[in-house]
Amino acid sequence: MKTRVLLLMLLCVAIPVAGCEREERNTRPDPALGSSEQGVPVTTLAPGGERPSLSDTKAAEFENNAYHLSEGKRLFDWFNCSGCHANGGGGMGPALMDDKWIYGGSIESIHATIRDGRPNGMPSFRDRIPDDQIWELAAFVRALSGNASKAAAPSRNDDMMAHPSENRLPNATTLGKSP
Amino acid sequence: MSSADLAPKPEGILDTELDAESLRRRLAETWKTRSGLVGFLSSVDHKVIARRYLITALIFLCLGGLSAVAMRVQLSGPERGLIGPDLYNQLFTMHGVTMMFLFAVPIMQAVGLYLVPLMVGTRNIAFPRLSAFSYWVYLSGGVFVWVSFFLNMGPDIGWFAYVPLSGPEFAPGKRADVWAQMITYTEVSSLAVAVATIVTVLKQRAPGMSLDRIPLFVWAILVTSFVIVFAMPSVMIASSFLILDRLVGTHIFNPAEGGDALIFQHLFWFFGHPEVYIIFLPATGMVSAIVPTFARRPIFGYLALVLSLIAVGILSFGLWVHHMFATGLPKLGASFFTASSMLIAIPNGIQIFCWLATLWSGGPLRLKTPLLFVFGFFFIFVAGGLTGVMLASVPLDLQVHDTYFVVAHFHYVLIGGAVFPLLGATYYWFPKLTGRMMSERLGRWHFWLAFIGFNAAFFPMHIVGLWGMPRRVYTYPVELGWGGINLFITAGALLFFLSFVLFVINLARSARSGEAAGENPWDAGTLEWAVSSPPPNYNFARIPVVAHSEPLWAERGSMPVAAGLRVDAREVLISTVAEAKPDLREKSARPSIWPFFSALSVGGTFLGSIFTPWAVVWGALPIAVSLIGWFWPKGAPEDEE
Amino acid sequence: MTKAAGRIAGAVLLAFILSGCSGVQSALDPKGPAAGELARLIWFFTVLCTIIWVLVMGVVAGILLRRRQRRLHDPLRVDQDEERTISRVVISAVGATALVLVGLTLLSFFANRTLAGIGEDAVLTIRLTGHQWWWEVRYENAEPNRILTTANEIHIPAGEAVRLLLESDDVIHSFWVPSLHGKLDLVPGMVNTLTLRADRPGIYRGQCAEFCGAQHAHMATLVVAQPRAEFDAWYDEQLKSAVEPSSEEQRTGRDTFLNGPCVMCHRIQGTPAGAITGPDLTHVASRQTIAAGTLRFSRGNLAAWIADPQGIKPGSKMPVMDLDGDQLNAIVAYLESLK
Repeated sequence: MKTRVLLLMLLCVAIPVAGCEREERNTRPDPALGSSEQGVPVTTLAPGGERPSLSDTKAAEFENNAYHLSEGKRLFDWFNCSGCHANGGGGMGPALMDDKWIYGGSIESIHATIRDGRPNGMPSFRDRIPDDQIWELAAFVRALSGNASKAAAPSRNDDMMAHPSENRLPNATTLGKSP
Repeated sequence: MSSADLAPKPEGILDTELDAESLRRRLAETWKTRSGLVGFLSSVDHKVIARRYLITALIFLCLGGLSAVAMRVQLSGPERGLIGPDLYNQLFTMHGVTMMFLFAVPIMQAVGLYLVPLMVGTRNIAFPRLSAFSYWVYLSGGVFVWVSFFLNMGPDIGWFAYVPLSGPEFAPGKRADVWAQMITYTEVSSLAVAVATIVTVLKQRAPGMSLDRIPLFVWAILVTSFVIVFAMPSVMIASSFLILDRLVGTHIFNPAEGGDALIFQHLFWFFGHPEVYIIFLPATGMVSAIVPTFARRPIFGYLALVLSLIAVGILSFGLWVHHMFATGLPKLGASFFTASSMLIAIPNGIQIFCWLATLWSGGPLRLKTPLLFVFGFFFIFVAGGLTGVMLASVPLDLQVHDTYFVVAHFHYVLIGGAVFPLLGATYYWFPKLTGRMMSERLGRWHFWLAFIGFNAAFFPMHIVGLWGMPRRVYTYPVELGWGGINLFITAGALLFFLSFVLFVINLARSARSGEAAGENPWDAGTLEWAVSSPPPNYNFARIPVVAHSEPLWAERGSMPVAAGLRVDAREVLISTVAEAKPDLREKSARPSIWPFFSALSVGGTFLGSIFTPWAVVWGALPIAVSLIGWFWPKGAPEDEE
Repeated sequence: MTKAAGRIAGAVLLAFILSGCSGVQSALDPKGPAAGELARLIWFFTVLCTIIWVLVMGVVAGILLRRRQRRLHDPLRVDQDEERTISRVVISAVGATALVLVGLTLLSFFANRTLAGIGEDAVLTIRLTGHQWWWEVRYENAEPNRILTTANEIHIPAGEAVRLLLESDDVIHSFWVPSLHGKLDLVPGMVNTLTLRADRPGIYRGQCAEFCGAQHAHMATLVVAQPRAEFDAWYDEQLKSAVEPSSEEQRTGRDTFLNGPCVMCHRIQGTPAGAITGPDLTHVASRQTIAAGTLRFSRGNLAAWIADPQGIKPGSKMPVMDLDGDQLNAIVAYLESLK
């Protein structure tokens, strides 16, 4: 009985604290975390079994934070990502709203893609976009395929509607498949 | 349930059959609130509910005051770095919503909830379970918004939450949704109390209390309740539209898809201006109650005062655009709202003149603390009303709109016009609530500190506003030279805050060890002073019959009473609307825990609807269950003639 | 004791009021016909309201000081003759109130008409777009190559009327230069028109007056009124492309600017930098402030701003960048040369 009450209380604390991180508006992230220069594997295939997935210290801070996601959405527009990716639907560049990831769908991989560029047209934005903003963009790109927490993902813009807002987009990996 | 309840006698025990002593005992037994947690949660006594409201609102007042102090400290000098913009914006939003939605409106309604049944001579409010429900909804709304604030999720968009700043694009996260749903919580509870109050005043008055004998305070609460019923839905529509835009991507406020950002402002201010009068009108009722008692004469111009109240209530719906003069509306339309805003000064002027006339021609004034606060009210409110006339002028408003001039103006109106009478009313009715007098000495200290602190804090704001200081800035540059005057304002604000510390001390000390009050310590004339202090749970042992607007002055000996109500069941007397002729005997609801569960499930639904629209669907289930429990027929006999 | 305190407070306030008349951003210090009309209106209303307030307080004082005979114990007994006299006084007071209000309504109506009539002969059209948290200023011209875009500083010819078209790119802002004109909102989806005229050359500060988010406090603008010839010279100068760097450090600065993050948002005419989401920097050194009136323009402030924008204006859209000291100095040197 007592443990159950304790668990309940813990749960009550845990939920809001999770919300707390989601609502943080850190405009000047801790410089001690530095800009991430660690390599990101392009494939999970490796000799001698699967590689342990690397996760960046910064990923967690940006991934499900409402403010960073909305900043990512703004920068997606400001830096004209739509020029090639057309609001995420794809055009000259690949679509970002589906479940296909050529170079991996983790936030670290997307960050590496934006920072270093990829063959066949994806430019490198290293030095052009400050590292934190690249993280914001990467987090937002994941939200485009429904991979961000619904409670943190951006809602619609005050524009013409191109597609349902990110907080209502279905998760692309499970879309159309029976559970 | 006892077997007696299952097979009731055609007539229960009537009060005519009992002597005074056993009548009291039996009534106390019938109307009592059960003890224990379940009893606590299921109380439907209007006095118990109102007391909870008052204490809760007082706590929110402290929180709102503390956030104001924090802001004032940040603004005490230029470029001060104590509080950053993110926190500051949350603070001023919390200050606004707390003071407006969690303090001012609920506390005015709570005073009404406590006093109206006593003043009209009935045993309980009209819909007691609805009132209990409203308190729990209000409490959960208030707790919800403050918990959100402490979790860094407090709204940061101002109490007015204009789109697009509060809209989906520019307010990421759940902060704006917290605002939108907090509105829904508090407005649901306000509407519930308003409906119960209206029915109580119109249908449960003591025999003989025709419309022209209703105490002015009750009139004020009645008009306020009607204003609430017509104004609050507007803001609930606005906040629901907002949350729809944010959560499910509707385009109501999106100009690119044919929506309109200004619609929000119209909806908000169509509520927002009447809101000021929702807070102010009950306060005029308090003044109208205090003035005759201490001037020792009936109020001068009763009819004029009642008509002014009604006129203010109606006119208050025609002024909302004067909050929007700077949005670029057509000029002729704006001028119409200048005229209507000027017009409302006339009924307000009539009220002031009538009170002054009463005080002028009354007997030797008894300058006790309640009357002191009324004089403070005259001093401050008249100034605030006059700056209101300045704001009503379109061109003038363009210079002072959204500056500290406006901040000064509405604090003069709301603190001077509503809080000072409320404080006076606290000193006046505290003996009725607790049976003890408040300390007169501390009261005087409180008054002078509040009076000086208030004026020191808010008068200079007029000036700094004209110097060009806009509202809602978390800091200002050194070069503009606003530093000195802001330091002065902060000092005044601290003094004002200190006066409230004194007030709380006085409340706590007097409630514990104040001098015993007796039934009618001020020798006032209205019915609430006919019962003991604090009133028994059944209010009146026998329902009084009223033949005068100041019944206790008219009947110095003992009052005539109406008899014939049952004492073994909760019964109230229903009377006709205009002349208050006794009409029916009506059952009054017994205590029930279901209103609490209903409020809990309604609150849970509102909370969940921040995260997913499906919460409305799934939340409907527990709401349905608790409502079924609430209204489950328990074999109560039909209403009796 | 309270009396003395009151006297001191009064003296302090009076000093404040007097010193306030020369403020840089004051409605009581009008420098144009519109603000002049408004200041007259403000003073008229203030004086009238003060008189009314003093009258009412006179009655209140009379109530408090009045000697009155002890009344009988019965509070219900009122003197009917006295009631009639008081009724007459109250009714005439209400009548007087109504008259004053009608007068004030007419006065404000005619003042509004006067304001609407100012500057029908506008010589210049400026499109002012509000952004979180800066002002984009675009001088419209029939010749496309004479359209000029700048930021945060509005130059106008003194003594001439200028039409401002107010728009917003994001949330609602409000344009307010108290010494020239009352405020008018910049509402997304709408275009509001305001006519501005400064009687004399001078610099008039204004500030956003509608809460617009985190940095609402740091969204100022300067209206610089110049004699016509000076204004024309300024205009021609601003139309030119940015100056070429003249020193090695400035050249390094330009290269760092063009290869760094700056180029993603800012435009410098005459270089490949052409982004329009941030303020135009072609002639940034000719402006008096940085970051919409947050800092005065100086080498030190500029360096501080670029090094730590989020410390100075938290929440603004200017990000913290990875620049080493040399790069920072070079960029500052280059921007400082963009007169």
